[in-house]
Amino acid sequence: MSAVQETVDRVRRIDVDQYRYGFETLIESDKAPKGLSEDTVRFISAKKNEPAWMLEWRLEAYRRWLTMTEPKWARVHYPKIDYQDLYYYSAPKKKEIGSLDEVDPEILKTYEKLGIPLREVEMLEGVVRPEGERRIAVDAVFDSVSVATTFQKELKQAGVIFMPISEAIREHPELVKKYLGTVVPTSDNYFATLNSAVFSDGSFVYVPPGVRCPMELSTYFRINERNTGQFERTLIIADKGAYVSYLEGCTAPQRDENQLHAAVVELVTLDDAEIKYSTVQNWYPGNSEGKGGIYNFVTKRGDCRGDNSKISWTQVETGSAITWKYPSCILRGDNSRGEFYSIAISNGHQQVDSGTKMIHLGKNTTSRIISKGIAAGVSQNTYRGLVTAHRKATGARNFTACDSLLIGDKCGAHTVPYIEAKNSSALFEHEATTSKISEDVLFYCVQRGLSQEEAVGLVVNGFVKDVLQQLPMEFAVEAQKLISISLEGSVG
Amino acid sequence: MNVVLAKTDTGRALSDSFALARARLPGAGKVADLRRQAFDAYERAGLPHRRIEDWKYTDLRVLMREVLPLAAAPDRAALTRADAALKLHAIKSVRRLVLVDGVFAPKLSDTADLENGLGIRTLREVLEGGDAALQAQLFTPDNSDSMVALNSAMVTDGLVIEVADGAVLTQPLHIVHIASGGTPAAMFTRSLLRLGKAAGATLVESYIATEGAKAYQVHDSLVISIGDDARLHHVRLIEDGREAFNISSAVVTLGAHAHFNTFGMTSGASVSRYQAVVVFAGKGSRVETNGVNLLNGRQHADTTLFLDHAVPNCASREIFRAVVDDRGHSVFQGRIIVRPGAQKTDAKMMTRALLLSDEAEADNKPELEIFADDVTCGHGATTGALDESLLFYLRARGLSETEAQALLIQAFVGEAIESIVNDDLRELAIAAAQRWLAARG
Amino acid sequence: MPLLEVRNLQVRVEEREILHGLSLVVNKGEVHAIMGPNGSGKSTLSHVIAGKPGYEVTGGEILFEGEDLLAMSPEERSAKGVFLAFQYPVEIPGVTTMTFLRTALNAQRKARGQTEFLVPDFLRKVRKVADSLNIPMDMLKRGVNVGFSGGEKKRNEILQMALFEPSLCILDEMDSGLDIDALRVAADGVNALRSPDRAVVVITHYQRLLNYIVPDFVHVMSKGRVVKSGGKELALELEASGYARFDDAA
Ligand SMILES: Nc1ncnc2c1ncn2[C@@H]1O[C@H](COP(=O)(O)OP(=O)(O)OP(=O)(O)O)[C@@H](O)[C@H]1O
Ligand SMILES: [Mg+2]
Repeated sequence: MSAVQETVDRVRRIDVDQYRYGFETLIESDKAPKGLSEDTVRFISAKKNEPAWMLEWRLEAYRRWLTMTEPKWARVHYPKIDYQDLYYYSAPKKKEIGSLDEVDPEILKTYEKLGIPLREVEMLEGVVRPEGERRIAVDAVFDSVSVATTFQKELKQAGVIFMPISEAIREHPELVKKYLGTVVPTSDNYFATLNSAVFSDGSFVYVPPGVRCPMELSTYFRINERNTGQFERTLIIADKGAYVSYLEGCTAPQRDENQLHAAVVELVTLDDAEIKYSTVQNWYPGNSEGKGGIYNFVTKRGDCRGDNSKISWTQVETGSAITWKYPSCILRGDNSRGEFYSIAISNGHQQVDSGTKMIHLGKNTTSRIISKGIAAGVSQNTYRGLVTAHRKATGARNFTACDSLLIGDKCGAHTVPYIEAKNSSALFEHEATTSKISEDVLFYCVQRGLSQEEAVGLVVNGFVKDVLQQLPMEFAVEAQKLISISLEGSVG
Repeated sequence: MNVVLAKTDTGRALSDSFALARARLPGAGKVADLRRQAFDAYERAGLPHRRIEDWKYTDLRVLMREVLPLAAAPDRAALTRADAALKLHAIKSVRRLVLVDGVFAPKLSDTADLENGLGIRTLREVLEGGDAALQAQLFTPDNSDSMVALNSAMVTDGLVIEVADGAVLTQPLHIVHIASGGTPAAMFTRSLLRLGKAAGATLVESYIATEGAKAYQVHDSLVISIGDDARLHHVRLIEDGREAFNISSAVVTLGAHAHFNTFGMTSGASVSRYQAVVVFAGKGSRVETNGVNLLNGRQHADTTLFLDHAVPNCASREIFRAVVDDRGHSVFQGRIIVRPGAQKTDAKMMTRALLLSDEAEADNKPELEIFADDVTCGHGATTGALDESLLFYLRARGLSETEAQALLIQAFVGEAIESIVNDDLRELAIAAAQRWLAARG
Repeated sequence: MPLLEVRNLQVRVEEREILHGLSLVVNKGEVHAIMGPNGSGKSTLSHVIAGKPGYEVTGGEILFEGEDLLAMSPEERSAKGVFLAFQYPVEIPGVTTMTFLRTALNAQRKARGQTEFLVPDFLRKVRKVADSLNIPMDMLKRGVNVGFSGGEKKRNEILQMALFEPSLCILDEMDSGLDIDALRVAADGVNALRSPDRAVVVITHYQRLLNYIVPDFVHVMSKGRVVKSGGKELALELEASGYARFDDAA
């Protein structure tokens, strides 16, 4: 069956609002009292059995946050968020999960429905797999806590630490202390500061010097509870000469009210290290009238701290009512390299303001930005990107290509690049185009027998191909399907 | 008393200064009200700073710090000095209209034998006795930009030029702004050019100073309306003194099937900003806006263009080139908006910066905001140094390093200059670029 | 029943009438050639038959196997066996030719209620057709027509025709841009498709192509009408005397 056909079939199977992950899991949960105060922060810290220094760190962030105001510069509009009307902590009731068998079966079912295998046995034995197919270690985060991390033992043998950050704070305080908040300081921005105060879980990865992580690491985020903010925190460190590829996926149930997601991701690469970070973001985007959906305010930043190090961000953004997200690279080490590959699709009433920052500080640093924005429905899709070379960043190089595609005449696609060169040896090239799918191309396709919808799907997949190729195989296939689903109903 | 930042201790002094100057400002009644409103708007916002997105790269609170007091009307000595400066910047076969220290100088201007369909008055005349419609048009620029607001409040003089329906002027109009270089002062001018249906004109604006002029500030604005089927060719040359500030704004509105070709070059002034809004109000029109910044020393020049594609079937082309030496700082912000329903818009923008020294800086912000789908829009931006392999090639053919550089720089800015339609004006721009290159040595 | 019947077709583009009552009958098993000066409306006719948007049919009708073709969507026409080899084939960046061929072929088969091709069968079929047309498989891994030379684009059109096996093949200037060897190969491809169930309409400016694909009928179009029809000798006449004498007729 062709990919396009498969997509179309799939689309037919899903409900009107086109969101196939919209179901809810009915389990009992343990929540912090509604609202945000120092007590909430203390409650979360206590729940996690955190050392005093961590509580202090959180409280400092909380106090800082009180003095800050929500940023207004992005091209997104939403009603004022009442931060006192949210829950900041929610955990499935069953405590002290020792092994998978102790995880609430409802949660396991949820992940199965989502297609995320948590049982290693199933993953290994369930199906006959083609030779050499990679396995993936998964950390599953359900509302505020990590419920399962797979392949721990095997990773341990390689010396790789992959665990919920709440555990890492207890078990590897020296590493956490050394790196947490060094890429995204607690005072960085409104949402990052809020996250610093109330983050409940997330993943921690440390790959020791010279180690190539033996498998893909992955975290799967799921917001389930009503009125619950999700504030996860991810910290990934690739020590000298290390390599890791990390995947992140997210979904949420279909709800009428908006849910807040304010994550922080920090990446650090030391000399000669490399981190490849891929995201397929498919939070609930709201219904066809623009009701409900996730507010996704995320701070992601990588620090190429060592010479010859590399950080590569790849994102496929199809979900969320509002996306505010700029995965960035600080190119500090000489010869370091940053990459940003992005597909951002907006349909219905979605609003996307996303892009990247490439900050060239070291000598001979290079960066590459490939951004593909697709707007349909009545959505607004903005690329916002900064490329800057400082005085001492001699030999800095950047290439940026951002292309936007408009489907229908009710949506908007916008490009806002900031290009700042502060030394003459920097060489920057930037190009941007905006267009719709050519009528001639569509006609060519339908003359050869494709339906309008199939033709659009085919052309769009061609349009985003450069970025899809950057994703690990398993994700690329999933992403391709997701793209067609997201655009369902956009041609009339 | 100097006009300083609003919302500071000197806030009162600022109002006093406006009150003081008011007696000298033309226009009463409605005009005075409009000035008052504009001044209130300025006072609320104060000098623009980097937190104002449009002024991100030109922070006047750092660069300018204060607004100088209103310049005195030019005396005989000032006019004599201005006359000498004019001789150095004369352009052949144009109709010259001169503003000295922000005040129209009839003796230095050429207002005799106007072509059929051409009307020229001073702003002062129009504000003091003109018709209400013209006055209202003069105050169309948007006071939400505080430098526009300040200009609206303080404007003393300028030219109001009207070209009747069907009149096609053969002689270019040349508005010269001269600073006579007495005491440090600010001049506030505003001009209006109204082209009727199927009219045609060429407008040149020069900003110059007398020999050895010290710090002064130019606050200028221009309102242009181009009627259906009309065309305007426009050239601006900023050759202000090296200590000068030049903050200029333009609002251009085009009717249907109109054509606007504009070119701006900045090689003078210490700090300059040219902000232009071009609005397509009728279908089937075309705009080419091109510009060059040639900067060295510690010069700061900002060109901010906003093209508003509000109606279908219009085309725009922007080409911008910056050549930055020493510690110069060039800023280009180009925003293109395609409004809902403005189908078949064809908008392209290309901005390129050439950095000649390690301390030079170029900031580019090309922006697209698109709300219609059947469009072809795009922009490109590059920043870099001169191509080493080309330099080498030329030197291998016997050129000195400076000659080779000069040749490549000329070629680099050439594409923007080539777009000037009028041959004499194009030569003028090429000559100005060559002067800059020659001064570089 | 004729395979294609165009009756008194009138077509407008952007307020301007391009075809002023054109008629044409094509039976199964026949090969027709349409010739005529630039701008006479040949491509317009082919586009309207294929259902390209942007043309307004203000009069007349088109029947395909007796059915109203104008009432069908372009993809329905394609599934019914109407194939147009474009004068100017478009480029589709990022979509490999292989993916495109498979998607299109299966879409047509599905619409006809046939089973879809499995990948190995499909590959075998493509390889065979590509070989017969001297098209290297490497070319099929590139984006559809992206960076193809003019001649390569034309060959890609013929490849698709051979693969889809349509019942009505309309070839709009397939000879332009082809070198002499490629022309022969492409013509062989067309001839191989000739069968009693199929018809071919070739639009061309040059008699030379008709030496390779010998037509049963030749039509001369001028200013939006068929002004003369005849046998293959009409093409030779045209080659000798040009279109000038038809202008009055139109
Ligand atoms: N979209 C359009 N808008 C305006 N005019 C059109 C359009 N399409 C076709 N025409 C006009 O219709 C006429 C017929 O064009 P057509 O392409 O059918 O000619 P043709 O016979 O195929 O010519 P050629 O031999 O050059 O391929 C021409 O005058 C052409 O300019
Ligand atoms: Mg044709």
